[in-house]
Amino acid sequence: MNALISGAPSAGVAPPLRANAKRTPQRVLPGFRLTLGYTVLYLSLIVLIPITALFFKTFTLTWEQFVFAVTSPRVMASYRLTFGASLIAALVNLVFGLLLAWVLVRYKFPGKKIVDALVDLPFALPTAVAGISLTALLAGNGWLGQYLEPMGIKLAFTPAGVVIALIFVGMPFVVRTVQPVLEDAEKELEEAATALGANRLQIFTKVIFPHIAPALLTGFAMAFARAIGEYGSVIFIAGNMPMISEITPLIIIGKLEQYDYAGATAVAVVMLVISFALLLVINALQAWQRKNTGASS
Amino acid sequence: MTSKLKTLLAALALATGGLASSQTLLNGSYDVAREFYKDYNAAFIAHYKKTTGKDVKIDQSHAGSSAVARSVADGLDADVVTMNTSTDVEFLANAGVVAKDWAKRFPGNASPTTSTMLFLVRNGNPKGIKDWDDLTKPGIQVIVVNPKTGGNGRYTYLAAWGYAKKKGATDAQAAEFVGKLYKNVPVLGKGGRDATTAFLQRNIGDVLVTFESEVVSVNKEFGEGKVDAVYPSISILAENPVAVVERTVAKKGTAELAKAYLDYLYSDEGQEIAAKHAMRPYSQAILKKNAAVFKPIQLFTVQEMFGSLSEAQKVHFNDGGQFDKLYTVR
Repeated sequence: MNALISGAPSAGVAPPLRANAKRTPQRVLPGFRLTLGYTVLYLSLIVLIPITALFFKTFTLTWEQFVFAVTSPRVMASYRLTFGASLIAALVNLVFGLLLAWVLVRYKFPGKKIVDALVDLPFALPTAVAGISLTALLAGNGWLGQYLEPMGIKLAFTPAGVVIALIFVGMPFVVRTVQPVLEDAEKELEEAATALGANRLQIFTKVIFPHIAPALLTGFAMAFARAIGEYGSVIFIAGNMPMISEITPLIIIGKLEQYDYAGATAVAVVMLVISFALLLVINALQAWQRKNTGASS
Repeated sequence: MTSKLKTLLAALALATGGLASSQTLLNGSYDVAREFYKDYNAAFIAHYKKTTGKDVKIDQSHAGSSAVARSVADGLDADVVTMNTSTDVEFLANAGVVAKDWAKRFPGNASPTTSTMLFLVRNGNPKGIKDWDDLTKPGIQVIVVNPKTGGNGRYTYLAAWGYAKKKGATDAQAAEFVGKLYKNVPVLGKGGRDATTAFLQRNIGDVLVTFESEVVSVNKEFGEGKVDAVYPSISILAENPVAVVERTVAKKGTAELAKAYLDYLYSDEGQEIAAKHAMRPYSQAILKKNAAVFKPIQLFTVQEMFGSLSEAQKVHFNDGGQFDKLYTVR
């Protein structure tokens, strides 16, 4: 259970800040040095070296060129859209992902297995396919769009379309991080709370929520991180108008099309730094949360 | 298990053995040329077998024109590149993988085919669109490609700019004209196909500005009669340059084959196949023969109007250039 809450979900995004949480004199795996060496080597090869290369490419620019490349009005507008839409999408997923996980864990209904499998679909689907299907659905002549547009609701080719695409790709993260924690939650605690006279709201806010909050935050962070880097699904639905519906990854592609490698990596570095800072904040929040509630993990 | 592995290995050895006896050639090309080169490769293989008696296998690698150029520069072993904008070959020449004088190695600026920008309108042309001026009128929705991400878009922009200049506009007036046109753009396509999809599948816009060659594929894909092609009074000549990748052919020893492959593009047969795919052939005779498809139209070159494509790139499309100003200064 421990591993499920803190290890597995958060490992992909950011290292959990819990090195000192527990001191176990007897380790399960022997040869700490060897495993640490292996860990560092692997992380370097797969993550650190490519990212360092990114920074080095950027260093071919002078500071003025760098600032110009990353702060031009079009690029600034794209940051606002990318981070804003990602945040909204992650927040929506936070709420509805929790709901989905809740239903999947706590209720039995016919076809539950299928619903459970459907949750993973956004993981498996090529994102371009998702983008094309969403566009086909929401465009002015699409299944849904043909009813929505006469009502003045225009989704495809607007920033709203971007948010929808990002909700789609981020959805599984929250569900899949919260689900195992909910499954492991001990029924007895809730029963005890009921016996002590707590109402349903109190049980949720005082017993269940603190228990799942770290996992929920992790899921949120992952959905958010995924949305920031998303390209394939958004590109078809965004309309890609400069200053309005142009996401930052498109700016990067645009710079590459002009053979402006350094400019492209400069924008990429900015995205990387902002994303990393946000993830650190979320991680710190999570650690603080865990300490404060003294969650059983 | 082991016997299975053995058969697999044997099959693999056979397959590679079979490959080794004939030369392979990799053609790095842009997306939309896929169908053309499929036809052309079949013709070339037959021709090469007949003239030299050698078997040859041709692989194709397609992506956006500059994406291909980037991967070739980064080490993709393409023997030849066949692009849709000369900036892409220029980039490869600067990277040292293509000869500096590539444009002189083959006739017609090393461009066996050309194309031009024209308009696709909905059947019957309900908005009466005839020329570039009509695209700037209020209430007309124009679908174009983002010049930042597609050669198609760059040519559209330059064609509109050149049209204004040809009509006697100053640079400032041309900028205003192009600005008005882009105000009418509801969706900027990422690439040529993207824009076509928006126009035909999503039914957005009144007119699509695209390559002449796209018209044929549109008719093939969506059925004849859904759209009409409108030829503006003046448009731009878009060259489709080709070049041998010297780095690869030196390594693989395919210089002769690569040259033969590109030379054959200029043969009557190669030119006919190009015409069939709605690319304007270099050969005047074959161009005339297909006059029904390639309506005569006043064309200007990038060179006469903008100096060169890289020059135009600097002034118009690079960050902070004229195109950015259209969107940031309102």
